[in-house]
Amino acid sequence: MTVRSETTSSTVEAVWRIESARLIATLSRLTNDVGLAEDMAQDAFLAALEVWPESGVPDNPAAWLMTTARNRGIDRIRRDRNLRDKYAALAGELERAEPEPGPERAVFGEERIGDDVLTLLFTACHPELTTESQVALTLKVLGGLSTEEIARAFLVSKATVSQRIVRAKRTLSESSVPFETPAPDEMGERLGAVLGITYLIFNEGYSATAGESWMRTELSAEALRLGRIIAGLAPEEPEVHGLVALMEIQASRFPARIGEDGEPVLLMDQDRSLWDRLLVRRGLERLDLARAQGGRGPYVLQASIAAVHARAARPEDTDWDEIVSAYDELLRLAYSPVTALNRAVAVAMAGDPESALAEVDELATDRRMREYHLLPGVRGDLLARLGRGEEAAEEFRRAAEMTRNEKERRLLRRRAGDAIRRR
Amino acid sequence: MRCMVFVKATADSEAGLMPSEKDLSEMGAFNEELVNAGVMLDGGGLHPSSKGVRISYSDEGAQVTDGPFAEAKELVAGYWVWEVKSVDEAIEWARRIPFNHGESVEIRPFFEAEDFGESYTDEMKERDAALDAKIQEQRQD
Repeated sequence: MTVRSETTSSTVEAVWRIESARLIATLSRLTNDVGLAEDMAQDAFLAALEVWPESGVPDNPAAWLMTTARNRGIDRIRRDRNLRDKYAALAGELERAEPEPGPERAVFGEERIGDDVLTLLFTACHPELTTESQVALTLKVLGGLSTEEIARAFLVSKATVSQRIVRAKRTLSESSVPFETPAPDEMGERLGAVLGITYLIFNEGYSATAGESWMRTELSAEALRLGRIIAGLAPEEPEVHGLVALMEIQASRFPARIGEDGEPVLLMDQDRSLWDRLLVRRGLERLDLARAQGGRGPYVLQASIAAVHARAARPEDTDWDEIVSAYDELLRLAYSPVTALNRAVAVAMAGDPESALAEVDELATDRRMREYHLLPGVRGDLLARLGRGEEAAEEFRRAAEMTRNEKERRLLRRRAGDAIRRR
Repeated sequence: MRCMVFVKATADSEAGLMPSEKDLSEMGAFNEELVNAGVMLDGGGLHPSSKGVRISYSDEGAQVTDGPFAEAKELVAGYWVWEVKSVDEAIEWARRIPFNHGESVEIRPFFEAEDFGESYTDEMKERDAALDAKIQEQRQD
């Protein structure tokens, strides 16, 4: 046993991860400028990296960061002429915004912080921004991730991520996007955008679109954390719970998704004893909550489908009819050929591969599906099931050529070989 | 990463003393904060060891002993399961637990897939190396 007394940069980073979103959100409200708020917060973080290793972590790190960010912000505005012209009044306002003394966690009005964080989230996912910028800004200001971490997660250069964030801040400033919650009539759509970005981040980790790696779980973990935070901020929204349930159930399969050889293992072939039961339980409970709130939206329905798999102890216990009817409901809400393809798979699993193949053949004529490697993959699977091995192998080979994921390619090539042998 | 945070027993918890209303409401607020930060996955409190049993195993079979057991600080009175990015993050959360009457907690990371098996580790290393190479390559442009 040794007493840990040292405050290292990783301690500061840990505090940063806990406090940064609230800090940036509060500063954004005070300055009405997310870009400036993020710069101020970053200054405070750098100051903490300098000071804390000497002084130790202060008793109330949130208040310390807030005060430092504010003071450095005032300096910054007074020093820089461009900022001075733009924010003449702001420096004075910031000076008046004294942190409230007293109980540990009360900093600049604790009760508003939740609202501020939600507003920050809406702003980071603002429709004026490109998807890439939304992703980068969300991970930066809400996830507390560094530019380097985001770059690593998305396999792009640090400069590219910096550029996306700078561009996002500039767009917000040039379009004078105010720091405020969306109007009630826009709320549904804006919340949809926030959930969409969260799920996109999750999926980027869940099934890496490019490169050698099949999963980048740290991104999925980040998306899950974000989803849980949103659920805490908007607990009355069933779609938020639906999305978190969906991500939890999908994440529960991570330990079973990679075989010993490092190759991907498909859902029906997974060792279900490896599924993370805590995540399954949490996902199912959250889905029940979403349904009890009357949720029947796209995320609740997708979570319902994932839940059917999660409840089946063995693959053959899967209630495919329930899955088909959930897909029917999903397609009525929002038709997409990808959903239709998934429905076809469920139809085949429910015992009717011939109808499924007819549906897939029809989907194959959809122009949007031309580049989609899962279509020949599914077609190959159905043909193999119907005993048409040669045709199946050909489809698997075609799918292998279309995918950009190296591991998936190897899996598809192997299935092509199997299809011929099995005949 | 996932951590289990054990709350160690105290003489009070072993005596079955329930926390005061103030302690409970502070702990409730803290738990709410943990949940809303996306950190807390699970948690619960345990009865004193007087309601517990121990089972020990030897080549003669299993032997069951009824509680209570001595040495309160070796016993567990409750637990949390937290999802955090690092042990440091767990420590920073633990600093905020509203305890101040001599309680103690212990943070223990769960084993994860990459902690198992030599071949898997090699595979991970290889993957990370490939990832680093790719990033380097992309930095050039």
